[in-house]
Amino acid sequence: MDVQTWTYILVGVTFAIYIGIAIWSRAASTSDFYVAGSHVSPLTNGMATAADWMSAASFLSMAGLISFTGYDGSVYLMGWTGGYVLLALLLAPYLRKFGKFTIPDFIGDRYYSNFARTIAVICALIVSFTYVAGQMRGVGLVFSKFLEVNIDIGVLIGMGIVFFYAVLGGMKGITYTQVAQYCVLIFAFMVPAFFISFQLTGNPIPQLGFGSTLADGSGTYLLDKLDQLHTELGFAAYTSGTKSMQDVFFITAALMIGTAGLPHVIVRFFTVPKVKDARISVGYALIFIAILYTTAPAIAVFAKYNLMETVSEEEYTEMPAWFGTWEETGLLAWVDKNDDGIITYAPGEAIEGLPDIQRNTGGEIIRGPFGEVQVNNTITETSNELYVDRDIMVLANPEIANLPAWVAGLVAAGGLAAALSTAAGLLLVISTAVSHDLIKKQIKTDISDKAELLWARISAAGAIVVAGYFGINPPGFVAEVVAIAFGLAAASFFPAIILGIFYKKMNKQGAIAGMIAGLLFTLAYVIFFKIAFPEFNSPEYWWFGISPEGIGTLGMILNLLVAFAVGMIFPEPPEDVQEMVESIRYPN
Amino acid sequence: MAERDLKGYWKKNLKYLGILLSIWFVVSYGFGILLAPALNEIRIAGFKLGFWFAQQGSIYTFVILIFVYVYLMNKLDNEFNVQED
Repeated sequence: MDVQTWTYILVGVTFAIYIGIAIWSRAASTSDFYVAGSHVSPLTNGMATAADWMSAASFLSMAGLISFTGYDGSVYLMGWTGGYVLLALLLAPYLRKFGKFTIPDFIGDRYYSNFARTIAVICALIVSFTYVAGQMRGVGLVFSKFLEVNIDIGVLIGMGIVFFYAVLGGMKGITYTQVAQYCVLIFAFMVPAFFISFQLTGNPIPQLGFGSTLADGSGTYLLDKLDQLHTELGFAAYTSGTKSMQDVFFITAALMIGTAGLPHVIVRFFTVPKVKDARISVGYALIFIAILYTTAPAIAVFAKYNLMETVSEEEYTEMPAWFGTWEETGLLAWVDKNDDGIITYAPGEAIEGLPDIQRNTGGEIIRGPFGEVQVNNTITETSNELYVDRDIMVLANPEIANLPAWVAGLVAAGGLAAALSTAAGLLLVISTAVSHDLIKKQIKTDISDKAELLWARISAAGAIVVAGYFGINPPGFVAEVVAIAFGLAAASFFPAIILGIFYKKMNKQGAIAGMIAGLLFTLAYVIFFKIAFPEFNSPEYWWFGISPEGIGTLGMILNLLVAFAVGMIFPEPPEDVQEMVESIRYPN
Repeated sequence: MAERDLKGYWKKNLKYLGILLSIWFVVSYGFGILLAPALNEIRIAGFKLGFWFAQQGSIYTFVILIFVYVYLMNKLDNEFNVQED
């Protein structure tokens, strides 16, 4: 059977499972819908959190991103795991003891202010919408690459599936589908990794394999060989990177703190029965996440080595079949700048922008003298002739390594599982923010549980439609802004929650001023460099050499400073609020 | 219920947090970033040590830190009689 048949079978089977789970776990009350009735076991919650957390980007793009940035890619590895230590030690147990449904709930009650609650709602909506649009796009991408379905139809199918289990089951349905999705995605990620690690190094465990010697009998360590290949071609050594140390520091911090402040992750710890469960559940979640996150850098190394060995300074006509296949999808492109028929791979971009394939009026691809796919893009001045999309490192890995067809089908099902599970978690945050934090807590406080549940379902449905719209018509800046969602979470929620738990005397004025200052500062910096004046987006113009990706860390510090300064001017919080803070510090 | 030493519980909790978060900081920001160039002089198999901490070691440490925290806090809960049920 070919890759496409396998993909149809595997994607079909996994979708049937998700729908089956959704029907079995319908939500009967708002408590079911928001926090799965707080009956989820810590292990189940850990697994669901891992699926919730690992998005299309973690699954499809991260290994490729590390592949092309080497040591610099560590910011994602440490940033997206280190935040769980903060979650376990500083947030999860206390928020579980607080025992409500959402983050705005905590902010609103702790700072005895509906204004604070509304700011938290706005932050939650900005963060979740920027994030969810990327997931829907990811669903569409997988469909279009593997099943040759139009990308927009792919998004619509994805919307349909999420609609079914998120609207029916709420958190309860999402939790159990996420468990299934975790199993699918981790299996799909690990199988090719085992195969390739064994092929290249003779050691099937990828975490050990990429520190081993090559299996070709040369006795050379894989990483040394890779560093050597890089320096020979004029790249920075793979294990040293090019970003400045302070930028690596600030980006890592922004990602870590942002992770701990993301509403769709925090809310998962409201679903377990006890404080004790919340603590251990973060531990389980991080184990499940670490399996993928310690494998990704190994895949990055294997894929980069395979790519360089296969293409660099080789004749185009000698390329294996997958090269042509991926050229036709626009994820790979070769422009023969010196007309020698040999692929030159060197630093710098080969072409400007994403490949735009040349077609004749009949829609057929126009080919160059060596049979290569021609592109319309402007050719750059660099000697580099090869464009490689980072997503290819995971998507094409099975083919590059000559693995059986079912492995490629599995990768497609895994990518879909990763995108759908994250999208569902985010949609739930959006729907609760509307039905609970806005309608129930502010607009119509006497609403019945049944009516609130209906509103939750309506807002989930509405959120899916909006997310789908952005998936089909992605605003140009979405990709840029997703990484920024972390900076915003770090600069707004995180300090307010931490102060709320650990500093009893913090009042509403301080917390509100801090959140607004952190949010506006971070937004302004990002908009300035990413959207308004991208031509200035380089280290010489950045403050203290901090890129927009890392600015959330500075935003967080600003938030804290403003909160303390403003907080000192105004009176202490009321007695009952201080008692509440006292009570969440003790499990019983 | 007998009078419980809640202040003592909280103080000890903060002490654990301080120690564990210091390790968290030293391993990731210290070994993985600030000291990485120096540690890269040391090698274990094919790994330069700073690179290994940044892409592997820090993640393993994070997992261990959380489980140590869970163990310490469960013990502390019982010691100060604030455990659930």
